[in-house]
Amino acid sequence: MTTADTPVQPDLGGEPAPIPTVQVEDVLEHDRSWTGRARRLLLERLPADKLLPNEQPSYVASWIYVFGMGAIASLVFVIASGLVLALNGPAWYHLSALGHFINSTHLWSVELFFLFMVIHLWGKFWMAAWRGNRVLTWISGVVSFAVSIVAAFTGYLVQTNFDGQWIAFEAKDALNATGIGAWFNVADFGQMFMWHITLLPIAVGAIVALHVVLVRMHGVVPPLESAETDAQLLPELLVEATTNGDSR
Amino acid sequence: MSVLSAASVGVFLSWGVFGIQVGNLIVILVMLVLFLLALVLPFPRGRRGR
Ligand code: HEM
Repeated sequence: MTTADTPVQPDLGGEPAPIPTVQVEDVLEHDRSWTGRARRLLLERLPADKLLPNEQPSYVASWIYVFGMGAIASLVFVIASGLVLALNGPAWYHLSALGHFINSTHLWSVELFFLFMVIHLWGKFWMAAWRGNRVLTWISGVVSFAVSIVAAFTGYLVQTNFDGQWIAFEAKDALNATGIGAWFNVADFGQMFMWHITLLPIAVGAIVALHVVLVRMHGVVPPLESAETDAQLLPELLVEATTNGDSR
Repeated sequence: MSVLSAASVGVFLSWGVFGIQVGNLIVILVMLVLFLLALVLPFPRGRRGR
């Protein structure tokens, strides 16, 4: 409805000029910026059904695949209890009953973390889980193992008791022999404390995140005895595969 | 010695040149047992399974 207040557009006649259509995909396809390249790489390597799959092949239904997640769960508890210890401080965890308890759960979750990690490592070793371009997954596992050991080591150094002092003075000669002792000084409590409560937890967390993303990128490795498919493991899948030519 | 002291030496077992603390031995045995159980125990079939 037109009223006196609303100006009327003059009708100049003819068809309206076509609006040039630019496909968003075309622009992204040729976007040479870092963002554009990163976007293409991520979408290609890690599409949603790889990043967050809601199904796994039937061979994953085995307890041996649970230990990686067990290690993650323990790591979450290690970091959470470590945060509580850090926020409340040594006077709390050395002198109060609750402080002692949380301190102990911190140690016990570390024990579980290593226990799960080692069983996970055995499992992956006997499955030769580095097959099919998964070598970086394996290597990130090795690195996470190594960095976790250093994190645990610095934890033992900062107990502020004779045990911690003993460990530091047993370790110093080995570290000095490699030359690293000049910079990573196990007798320097402040330095070891900083490594233990900031740098190493961040490092372990980052490596584990990378490890899990790599697992997701490649999918779970098929068992040694199956070629490309896991159809032979489930009779109903085999029937499906042979009747409709699905090679899954 | 206080129960909470981490500085206690612990119990060691030794056979010739080989020695191990009982606590460490237990952890290793537990890992071996869990590994074997993980291989033989059936995995519960999920409700969402097809
Ligand atoms: C910080 C400790 C670790 C955590 C939290 C962790 C976590 C995981 C998770 C959640 C998975 C997928 C589920 C599974 O198969 O269990 C996985 C897979 C894998 N892990 Fe680890 N892992 C750790 C250490 C290691 C170590 C020490 C190795 C070996 C040196 C390793 C090698 C692998 C490999 C090769 C796969 C891929 C298996 C496949 O594609 O089927 N991981 N890890």
